[in-house]
Amino acid sequence: MALPFLLEIGTEEIPDWMIPGALESLHLLFEKTGIPHETVRLDATPRRLVLRADGLPERQPDTEERITGPARSAPAQAVAGFARKHGVTPENLAIDSTAKGEYYAFVKKVKGRGTKEILSESLPGAILQIYFPKSMYWTGKGGPRFIRPIRWLVALLGEDIVPFELAGVRSGSLSAGHRRLGSPEIAVTIGDYEQRLRDHYVILSAEERRDRIRGEMGRVRVKADPALLETLVYLTEYPMPITGAFDPQFLELPEEVLVTVMRHHQKYFSVEDASGKLAPQFVAVMNIDSDPQGYVRRGNERVLRARFNDARFFWETDQKKKLADRKPDLAHVTFQAKLGSYLEKTERMMALTRELGGEAQAVRAAELAKCDLTTELVKEFTELQGIVGGLYARVQGEPEPVWQAIYDHYKPESMEDSIPRNRMGRIVALADKLDTLTGCFSVGMIPTGSRDPFALRRAAQGVVKIIIEGKLDLSLEKYLADEALRDFLADRVRYYFRDIRGFKYDEVSASMAAGWSRLVDLEARLIRVQSLRSSPDFEPLAASFKRIKNILEQAKFGVPSGSAGAIDAGLLESGPEQDLYDEYKRISGQPIEKVISRLRPKVDLFFDKILVNAQDERIRQNRLSLLGTLLREFSTIADFSEIVTTF
Amino acid sequence: MQSFQDIILKLKRYWADRGCIIQEPYDIEVGAGTMCPETFLRVLGPKPYRVAYVQPSRRPADGRYGDNPNRLYKHSQLQVILKPSPEDVIEQYLGSLEAIGIDLRQHDIKFEEDNWEAPTLGAWGVGWQVMLDGLEITQFTYFQQCGGIDLDVVPAELTYGLERLTAFLQVRDSVYEVEWTKGFSYADVRYMDELQYSVYNFEMADIPTLWKLFELHEGEATRLLSRYDPKSPDKKRYPLLPTYDQVLKCSNLFNTLDSRGAISVTERVGVIQRVRRLAVGVAQAWADQQQEASAAQGAQ
Repeated sequence: MALPFLLEIGTEEIPDWMIPGALESLHLLFEKTGIPHETVRLDATPRRLVLRADGLPERQPDTEERITGPARSAPAQAVAGFARKHGVTPENLAIDSTAKGEYYAFVKKVKGRGTKEILSESLPGAILQIYFPKSMYWTGKGGPRFIRPIRWLVALLGEDIVPFELAGVRSGSLSAGHRRLGSPEIAVTIGDYEQRLRDHYVILSAEERRDRIRGEMGRVRVKADPALLETLVYLTEYPMPITGAFDPQFLELPEEVLVTVMRHHQKYFSVEDASGKLAPQFVAVMNIDSDPQGYVRRGNERVLRARFNDARFFWETDQKKKLADRKPDLAHVTFQAKLGSYLEKTERMMALTRELGGEAQAVRAAELAKCDLTTELVKEFTELQGIVGGLYARVQGEPEPVWQAIYDHYKPESMEDSIPRNRMGRIVALADKLDTLTGCFSVGMIPTGSRDPFALRRAAQGVVKIIIEGKLDLSLEKYLADEALRDFLADRVRYYFRDIRGFKYDEVSASMAAGWSRLVDLEARLIRVQSLRSSPDFEPLAASFKRIKNILEQAKFGVPSGSAGAIDAGLLESGPEQDLYDEYKRISGQPIEKVISRLRPKVDLFFDKILVNAQDERIRQNRLSLLGTLLREFSTIADFSEIVTTF
Repeated sequence: MQSFQDIILKLKRYWADRGCIIQEPYDIEVGAGTMCPETFLRVLGPKPYRVAYVQPSRRPADGRYGDNPNRLYKHSQLQVILKPSPEDVIEQYLGSLEAIGIDLRQHDIKFEEDNWEAPTLGAWGVGWQVMLDGLEITQFTYFQQCGGIDLDVVPAELTYGLERLTAFLQVRDSVYEVEWTKGFSYADVRYMDELQYSVYNFEMADIPTLWKLFELHEGEATRLLSRYDPKSPDKKRYPLLPTYDQVLKCSNLFNTLDSRGAISVTERVGVIQRVRRLAVGVAQAWADQQQEASAAQGAQ
C-alpha cells in the first residue's frame, strides 16, 4: 500500500534569505534516503520547513539471501548438520550449481524493512545535515547545530507517527499555529495539515503568501521590488499589507535617501504617483491579519517620520562642510590596516586616474569620491556611499560629469548592474577598483575559496566589465606584474566571456593565449575566432596548428621572431613544401578569415607528403623555420592550437 | 499613560516573577549591558544564572549635545540573561511586552535576523532584532562564544532599548519629551548629561591625560592577569573581578579617545587588540577559576 509522508521541522524564526536554500537541501537529503516515492512538495514559513511526499511503500520489497553449504557430494551427515544449523531439514535446502560444482544452499528470506523504521533512523541525521550558511547550538556545548532552535517535529507516515528524537524534541503529530493568532499546539493529520494551519493563521505556501501581498496592495502603485517581496514572503506566516503616508515635505530630500530608508531599514515598498514620481506613501507588510485600530499603521508612520527626520538632520548638517573640505578628514578613516587611510587611497586613486587617461575633471572626481565617508548620512546609511557624495557634489555646484562620476564610482556592484554612465565615472571606478586589487594583493590579502572579505572578486569583475563594456582602450599590462593578481584577473576575464557572454571555453583560451592585457582588443579577436569557427576549414587548420606546435616543441625550436628571412628558399623541396611557402608569401599580412580556405589544403598536403625530420640537419631546420613562421603569422588573433577539435 | 519608570518597574517585576535576580546597574562606565560582569563573566561555565538589570550605556560617539531627538550619549538598556535559555524563551519575552500593555493581537511583531558580535570581547551570538510596528525594540541573542570560549550552556540575552520603547508607547517624537515620572520629563533628568558629556567628549577631554589613564588601567590589568596562577590552591580568592574593572575602564577610555578623534588609523586596530587581549585573558582565567570552584563545591 502506498503511503503519504509529512515532515514538519518547527523552529524559531529562520532568517528569510536562508529558507529557499534550506528547502532545496532538505529535498536532496530526502532523496538520499533512497525511499521510493511519487511526488514531493516543499514548503516553508519562518517557523517551519515542511516536506510532503506521496506514494511511499509501507516496506521495502522482501529479498533473498543464499548461504552456500557443503558440496552435493558431501556426506549426508554434513548436509544434515548444515540444514539443522539453519533450522530446516535437508529436503528444504536448494542446490546451486557453480563453476566449481553443485552445492547445497540455504535460501534465507529477508523481509523488507518497514519504511517507518527507515525514516525513524534516517530523519534525525538528515535534518541536522540541512545546509545553512551559519548555524548555532542551543542545548549545550557539543549539542546539535541548526539555524535556530528546533521546537517541535511532526513526522507522519500515513496515519502513524514516525518516532524519533532530536535535540530533546520527540516527533509527533502536534504542530503550532501563528505566534499570536493561532494556538501553540494543533493536532494535525496528513489530510488536514494545510487546512489546520490555515485555521490557525499560517499560510503554508510561499506562492500563496506572495499572491496575497501582491493582491492586497493593488490599490496603490507600488514600485516593483521582487527581492523585497521575497524577503517579506519569508518573514511572515500570515502577511497583510497596509498603506501608510508621510509628510510630503520630506519629498524635498533626494529620492535615493527616502527609498533607502524605506527599503533597507524598514522593509517598505515605495509608492509612485501616476507620473512615476515618488509619492508620500509606503506599503508595509504585517505578520498579522488586520489593523482595525490603525495601531500598526500609525506606529510605522511614526518610525518612518523619525527615520526621515534623522536623514533630514544629517542632510542639513552635512551641507555645513563641503565635500572638498572633508578630504583631510579621510586621514581618520581606515581603508585597510596595512594599506592606510582613505586619504592615502584618494591620493593613489587620483594618480591612477591620471595614468588611465583621465582629464582634470576626472581627477577632481577621484579626489572627492571618498569624501562622503565622513558624512553623517553615509555613516547612517552605508549602502548609499558614492550616491550621497554625488548628490552633495551636485548641490555644491560640481559640473555634471564630475558629480555623476562620484555618484557611479562603486558601480557595477554585481554582474547584472550597469557600469558608470559616463567615461569619467568609468575611469574613476576603474582607478578605485585597481587600487584595491593591487593594494590587497601586495599585502597578501588574496581571496581563497569562499573567503573574500574585501570583495576582490567583485572588484575584479567590475574592472573587466567596465573596460569591455565601456570600450576603454587601455592596457592592463602594468597592473599584471603580480603573478597571483594576473591569474586572479585572468579567471575573471574567462568567467566574463564564457559565462556572461557565452563564448566557448576553447575560444576564450585560444584568444587569451595570444595576449589579453587589452580587453577591448581581446573581445574583438574573440568575435573573429567565433565567426571563423563556422568555416569548414577552421577545425582542420586548428588541428594542423596544434601539430605544428607539438613538432616545434619536440624539436625545442623557438618560434622565430624575425621575418620570413630565416627561411632559405634554396633548401625548399619543390612540390608541397615549395607550394606552402609560395602560398604563405602570397597571403602574408592578410586577415586569416580571407585566406583560411587557401591555406588549409596547402598545410594538409605538406603534412601528407613531407617529412619534417629530414636526414639533412639544414633541411630539417629550414622546415621548422617555415612552420614556425606560419604559426607566428596566424597566431596574432589567437593560439589556434588551444581549440578543441573533433578529430 | 505609563511613565518611563513604570515601564522599567513592570519589566523588572515581570522578570523577577520568572526567577531572575534583579541587579542594580554596574558602577563602572560601559558601552552596553553585555559588558557588565553580570553578563560577560556569568555566561561562562556550566552554572545556571538568571538576572535582569537596567544598565546606563555610554557611547561617546553617539552624543549629539541633546539636539537630536533619537540619539543619545547615554541610553538605558534593560538587560536580561536567561542561562540556560528556556524552551519557551520567545513566549516569555512576548509575555513581557504584554506586561507593559502591548496587545500583540493589535500590533505587528517580527523577528528579523540580526547576529551580534563584539570583537573587543571575543564574543558573538546569533539572534534577531525584534520589530514592533516597524520599530526595533529589542536585541535577542543566543550567546555562542564569550572571551573566545565556546559556552558550556547557551544563554539567551534580551536587551530592551528603554528610551525608544517608552517614546513609542507614550507616542512621543522626541525622547526628551518622554515622561520619566509625573512632573518630570526625560529632558529634566538627562538633558544636562547629554549636553555636558558631548562637550567633554568632543571638545574638552584632554587627549594626553586620557592616554595616560588608558595605559595605567591597562598596566594594572596586565599586572594582575600575569599573576593569576591556575595551579594555586588559593586561586578562588584571586581578584579577577577587580581585574575586569580595569579592562572596562580601558574600553570606555578607548571609546572617548575615539570620539575625540584622537586615535589614528594605524593605532586603532592595535588598541582594539590590546583591549581584546585583556578581556579574553580575564574570561579565560575566570572560566578556570569557576571550574575549580564548582568542582570543590561539588566535593563538599
